[in-house]
Amino acid sequence: MIEMVPEPDLGRLYYKLRLIRRAEEEIARIYPSDKIKSPVHLSIGQEAVAVGICDALRPDDVVSGTYRSHASYIAKGGDLPAMFAELYGKDTGCARGKGGSMHLVDMTHYLLGTSAVVGTTVPITLGYSLALQREGQGRVAVAFFGDGATEEGVFYESLNFAALHRLPVLFVCENNFYAIHTPIPKRWATRNLCERVRTYGITAQQVADSGVLAIRRLAAESIAPMRTGGGPAFLECHTYRWREHVGPAEDYEAGYRSRDELLPWQENDQMMVLGAALPVGERDAIDAQVEQEIAGAIDFAENSPFPEPKELYTDVYAE
Amino acid sequence: MSMPNSAGPATPRLLRYVDALREGVAQEMERDPRVFVFGLDVDDHKAIQGSTRGLPQQFGPTRVFNTPLSEDAMTGVAIGAAMAGLRPIHVHIRMDFLMLCMNQLVNMASKAHYMYGGSVKVPMVVRSMIGKSWGQGAQHSQGLHALFMHIPGLKVVAPSNAHDAKGCMIAAIRDDNPVIFVEHRLLYPTEAEVPEASFTVDPCRARVCTHGGDITVVGISNMLLECLRAQELLSSAGVHVDLIDPIWLVPMDIETIVQSVRRTGRLLVVDNAWTNCGASAEILARVAERVSDCPVQMSRMGFAATTCPPSPTLEHEFYPNPAKIALRIHEMVQPGVHWQPDLEKAALAYQIQFRGPF
Repeated sequence: MIEMVPEPDLGRLYYKLRLIRRAEEEIARIYPSDKIKSPVHLSIGQEAVAVGICDALRPDDVVSGTYRSHASYIAKGGDLPAMFAELYGKDTGCARGKGGSMHLVDMTHYLLGTSAVVGTTVPITLGYSLALQREGQGRVAVAFFGDGATEEGVFYESLNFAALHRLPVLFVCENNFYAIHTPIPKRWATRNLCERVRTYGITAQQVADSGVLAIRRLAAESIAPMRTGGGPAFLECHTYRWREHVGPAEDYEAGYRSRDELLPWQENDQMMVLGAALPVGERDAIDAQVEQEIAGAIDFAENSPFPEPKELYTDVYAE
Repeated sequence: MSMPNSAGPATPRLLRYVDALREGVAQEMERDPRVFVFGLDVDDHKAIQGSTRGLPQQFGPTRVFNTPLSEDAMTGVAIGAAMAGLRPIHVHIRMDFLMLCMNQLVNMASKAHYMYGGSVKVPMVVRSMIGKSWGQGAQHSQGLHALFMHIPGLKVVAPSNAHDAKGCMIAAIRDDNPVIFVEHRLLYPTEAEVPEASFTVDPCRARVCTHGGDITVVGISNMLLECLRAQELLSSAGVHVDLIDPIWLVPMDIETIVQSVRRTGRLLVVDNAWTNCGASAEILARVAERVSDCPVQMSRMGFAATTCPPSPTLEHEFYPNPAKIALRIHEMVQPGVHWQPDLEKAALAYQIQFRGPF
């Protein structure tokens, strides 16, 4: 099935990695101004997972995410000005100022709403994929979640149900080794996450170095059979959160982790790796485009109106 | 009780509550291919005490299917399927099991439409049944509708008769919001006239079941029947009751209750649940806010503030029953006047047809 997957385009992958990185750096830059009154969970350092996976998707495939989903939102093609406007609490935001950073949504690009409660969107992705399975058009759904979510009971309920019904779901664990500030050795009796998943009859593979091309290749290989009834698959993608759990800053002085942990991830930063592999002219053009898009998105957010107070009561119930 | 109004060109016939539920679901499944039914044991030989009987044969395993014991994930599945445009009916044989669904119902189902800026809808029905008697005990007996009434974005309905069971079910399936559909085990065998044709009993429309004038009594779910029985006991005392069935608890037709209370000056709410922070508290509070210009005597009844015990003598004390309700009403309408319901009639009124085991 791998022959069916188009060749990865380094420029396109680099563009997405760069767009996410720079968008979040801008969020961190703006944050002290208090214009963004939303708890931001930055994906800086983790971009390669969302980018590698989403690059293997069709536009009409479906993605769900977590409170740390700026990356998957952008990688899936979510509207960038609407994301910034949402962070600013503006009426033009992707959730009209009623979601915030933790509840991004863009249904026109099939980004299901994200959730602040760990593990919550995993079964919802299953439900959506049940509808896709019945639709029979070969579409798939991807559930992004962190290592912490694999400790929730609902994760195992979801694995079982997806395998039982051979649902077209790709489970993607973004394992950054910390649930907030608690490292895996304090939480897991064994490290064998893929082994645990395989007992449900689900193919499970691990990418240990966050290589965006490897992630993309495994995603494509997993998804191709899924489109014709091959059932779910699981990817554990090791990655690393460079900034604090929530907020714009670093937190290596806080005591729960050391900067030494960060260094190998920074040396293997996929944005830098791909950028170095591109012709300088192409990279510069992409960089310029990224800056222009982000500046436009921020401008859009800053100049958009806040919701009218009466909007408080709209959409409590669907009419 | 007076026959409910029905919309549509109907030939009423007597139907049991359980069959009315099933008929409502079946008619909607015929009408709308997006509707499906799932939950633990929906396709087994007991068929959720008969309420899903025949549906697997009629609609096949894609539209009626059993689930693992994974209430949390299955609720998420319902939400995701609903977001994708399907219309799931998720079935639980006891309301107590909904506690395993709370994260999905409270954090996602209720909020998705709002917190995603109106870009998704979650049209789903969560059916669950309150158990009673034959020692259902602590975890097969709870009436937890107030927990859901607290959450904006959820609708809550508790039909008390077969007619409303069908009409509310059809309305709930057609609703674009998550609806918590509260059934009661003891109502399952009760019969009412139910039109064969499809019809809806719409949200926010209470029904005045009897017009009395001495006191307004609101009965919720199975307690509506207990209130009707209480009213029969009271007939010898010359006490006449405006008996109101709210039917939909969210959105609730409080105005119908308020209009009655303005006439009677007295309000008793009898809930099939605990009173503390319950539906009865909510109804009294809302009425109080609206009739502050005239004095109203208010009271409420519900489960004893204990866990439900299985022993028959204790269980008898746990619930409001027709005699207790009649006495309370009498005390409110004719304070200081001694009255006792006919003991033989009171015993008959509380005869429960239900035998176990479940």
